[in-house]
Amino acid sequence: MSAPPPAPQPGPQSGPQPAPAPRRAFGMRLLVLIPALWLALFFVAPFLIVLKISLSQTVIAQPPYAPVLDPAGGLPALREFVAGLSLDNYALLVTDALYVTSYLRSLAMAAGSTLLLLLIGYPIAYGIARSPRRIQPVLVIAVFLPFLTAFLIRIYAWVNILQREGLLNEVLLALGLVREPLALLSTDAAIVIGLVYSYLPFMVLPLYASLERMDDSLLEAAADLGCPAWKAFWLVTVPLSMPGVTAGALLCFIPIVGEFVVPDLLGGSGAMMIGQTLWVEFFSNKDWPVASALAVALLAILLAPIVIHQHLQSRTLGGG
Amino acid sequence: MLSHSPRAISVAGMANGNFEQRTGGAARIFAPWKDPAVRPLLRIEAVTKRFGEAEAVSQLSLDIYEREFFALLGPSGCGKTTLLRMLAGFDQPSAGRILLDGNDLAGVPPHRRPVNMMFQNYALFPHLTVEGNIAFGLRQDRLPKAEIAARVADMLALVRLEGFGARRPHQLSGGQRQRVALARALAKRPRVLLLDEPLSALDRKLREDTGFELMELQDKLGLTFIVVTHDQEEAMMLADRIGVMNAGTLAQVATPAEIYEQPNSRWVADFIGDVNLIEGRVVSAGLGEAVIDSRAGGRLRVAQNVDAPVGATVWLALRPEKIEIAAREPAAFDANRLIGQVHDIGYLGDVSILRVRLDSGFEIKAAVANRTRLIERPIGIGDRVWLSWAPEAGVVLTQ
Amino acid sequence: MRRGPSVFNVTAVALGLAFLYLPIVILVIYSFNASRLVTVWGGWSVRWYVALWNDTAMLEAAWISLRIAALSATVATVLGTLAAVALVRAGRFRGRAVFSAMVYAPLVMPEVITGLSLLLLFVAVDLDRGFWTVTIAHTTLTLCFVTVVVQARLLSFDRSLEEAAMDLGCPPLKTFFVITLPLIFPAIAAGWLLAFTLSLDDLVIASFTTGPGASTLPIRIYSEVRLGVKPQINAICTIMIALVALIVVVAALLAKRSELAPARQVARGA
Repeated sequence: MSAPPPAPQPGPQSGPQPAPAPRRAFGMRLLVLIPALWLALFFVAPFLIVLKISLSQTVIAQPPYAPVLDPAGGLPALREFVAGLSLDNYALLVTDALYVTSYLRSLAMAAGSTLLLLLIGYPIAYGIARSPRRIQPVLVIAVFLPFLTAFLIRIYAWVNILQREGLLNEVLLALGLVREPLALLSTDAAIVIGLVYSYLPFMVLPLYASLERMDDSLLEAAADLGCPAWKAFWLVTVPLSMPGVTAGALLCFIPIVGEFVVPDLLGGSGAMMIGQTLWVEFFSNKDWPVASALAVALLAILLAPIVIHQHLQSRTLGGG
Repeated sequence: MLSHSPRAISVAGMANGNFEQRTGGAARIFAPWKDPAVRPLLRIEAVTKRFGEAEAVSQLSLDIYEREFFALLGPSGCGKTTLLRMLAGFDQPSAGRILLDGNDLAGVPPHRRPVNMMFQNYALFPHLTVEGNIAFGLRQDRLPKAEIAARVADMLALVRLEGFGARRPHQLSGGQRQRVALARALAKRPRVLLLDEPLSALDRKLREDTGFELMELQDKLGLTFIVVTHDQEEAMMLADRIGVMNAGTLAQVATPAEIYEQPNSRWVADFIGDVNLIEGRVVSAGLGEAVIDSRAGGRLRVAQNVDAPVGATVWLALRPEKIEIAAREPAAFDANRLIGQVHDIGYLGDVSILRVRLDSGFEIKAAVANRTRLIERPIGIGDRVWLSWAPEAGVVLTQ
Repeated sequence: MRRGPSVFNVTAVALGLAFLYLPIVILVIYSFNASRLVTVWGGWSVRWYVALWNDTAMLEAAWISLRIAALSATVATVLGTLAAVALVRAGRFRGRAVFSAMVYAPLVMPEVITGLSLLLLFVAVDLDRGFWTVTIAHTTLTLCFVTVVVQARLLSFDRSLEEAAMDLGCPPLKTFFVITLPLIFPAIAAGWLLAFTLSLDDLVIASFTTGPGASTLPIRIYSEVRLGVKPQINAICTIMIALVALIVVVAALLAKRSELAPARQVARGA
């Protein structure tokens, strides 16, 4: 009565797995192919060109670099082309103090700003995570909204505030905190303020996402085991928010190194960050090869953090 | 665990009377699996499903018949949901075949199978109205508009949700959402309806009522239902037959009463309800009766053909409610009897579970229905009691 | 994180928001300042808006920016959504790591590098720089932002809805368009909005890839700013801010009404 049904008759084999309908696999491949082609053409290929230009020299011609590869020339043209390439531009980068200083300055500014962003952004993110659940989305949008309004405009607004006749000085003078207007614009301090201002959402959002995910009961368990609140913060909350810290730090540090607008508008006429240097080489000096070399070197410097960022990204947002 | 409420006890009884009632009280019993002339509607042939190294389903074979209400019951991880998904077409078997009406379903994608599923989380489309949800499957078949409208109205009436057609899922209660999910799955009149844990999200009272509704519906529409559940009560109540699964294979396939009263193994006996498993050796085995020398103490008589040689180790499965407890020695001369001391009492209102420690050290659970309203029960902890049961009350298991 | 904010927390958030919105608020107020000097409050006036109306160069730049933004955002949204679907649904395919790297690199790449490389590409293939090159450049830049937003939404999408649709007879591709797409639409719209504002905003890449007659608004503002503070800029900035704020508010209200996707998902996705 409870015996299983009779054994299956010998017949058509319980054979190999039916393959997914070929139409489906093709559809998936197309899905990947379309954006992949676009990116390969407009993102990856250009880098190769930059590399090539960085090995060229400036000439007064159109285009303003040599050698130029002539596809119709065949093999001898190719050999001539390769012979014309050189590492002169890179030698220039390494030997000229101007460029070295620029790179170091950029890295230092980026590191300092990122640190400041962390110190300012963490309390904000933490505060949002602790607020009542219902208003958290509102606060998050509120933090994010300025990012949606024009970047250039907001930096320009800081010009308004920081200049000699600007708002900040007005307030300080009115309150009697200073006797004469501070020269805030065109200083490193102004650049840092501008950088922190622009990138704050990029630090706050990943931090918030990480903190919000944290389980309340962990802190309760810590308290139950005799750990005071401030200590629990350092021993439990901070370590668990590390993914958010790393994500935010990378998201800020990497682009800040190559920033142009903020140092250009708010900075002084002293040493430039690498973004400015590149811009000047390209637009003012019209030296495309050197600009390219600067770009390649910058990319090389940032390669390690970029790879780390990729790795984290693929791990958190769905690794297949 | 089967609770020892009167309802549960009556359910066990009802499972026996279920099919009699359904066929209108006539002597006809619904048991197509016993009739060799009837071809099964769904045949699962040696199906295996591998995920990497692990086998979720191993060489499982099963026949399910038309108009049957079948339950796949098992603990979590036993493979029942995997099997259900293979029936629906969301997973392909690694080996074996699934035949519906004699047609191999291999390579047939879910949207082309005449099988519909009621999802555990209902999976109602939030951006469509109730009508939109129910009509969805019908629209895929490109039925004429008038017919779709008529069917939707029928379905709404069937699940008693007339007037709810224009609402959105988020405007409905949990029970109402479930009925929409049911209506949506039934709208296409599938050959087989699969239900994934249909009662698990409901509270106790609603569970019972909804269970009865499902049974009525299945009977009325004459469809074949396959339910997957980890809840014994749900399976026992709803099903004509239960397939108990363990680690990817079927431990036993039988009616609820058969599974409860005639389990084929210690695992099944232990999984369903409460049971005492008394180990012993066969002393003698004759026609329709046998004697076991048990660990519990002394020789026990059973009224059963025991298919095991003398000296073999067997187990007597004895359900707690089949044991009589008395302060004095029982009169019936052929009853099995043991003496022990009441060690613990679990008072459940309708029944009390007594844990009796026998003189041999073995512990037995006995269930006593509290037939009177006495607060002070006659038997208390520490009392010496006689436990007795008839030879037919237990079943001998050889595995 | 539910135990209720302390005074410190509330202060931190309040100060943070004040810091973020202060320059914007000042900008808006001063766009109505009758006096051209920041130090002097000359009373409420719309003269700068009038001046802006007559500043055809500025208006034209704004129009070009809007068109580039709308176009590049749309293309970026399509491509970005495809990439997101591919990353979430296509499983482990060959070259997935490379594909993923290509999609996410622009997220952090300094704009000077992207801008320079794109210009060099256009020069190498002898493509005239102008409206279309900027559009292509912006599409490439904003594509990854759309992917991030849409991918986050897809990951939290309840797949049993798709299974239910297929179970009821809907083929897989149709299921995607009839069930999945409508339900992830708020994320896609958020991605479009993000791409739109990023494009509207961009100075560096536009500067590299633009050509004669295709000055975008940021380029114009930038060149004007170098010459000294010009009050019309406050006016156009205020208008742009109002425009974006309006879009976001409308979008948020629509999302709330349809009750399809909580705003937090959008924000978290970004």
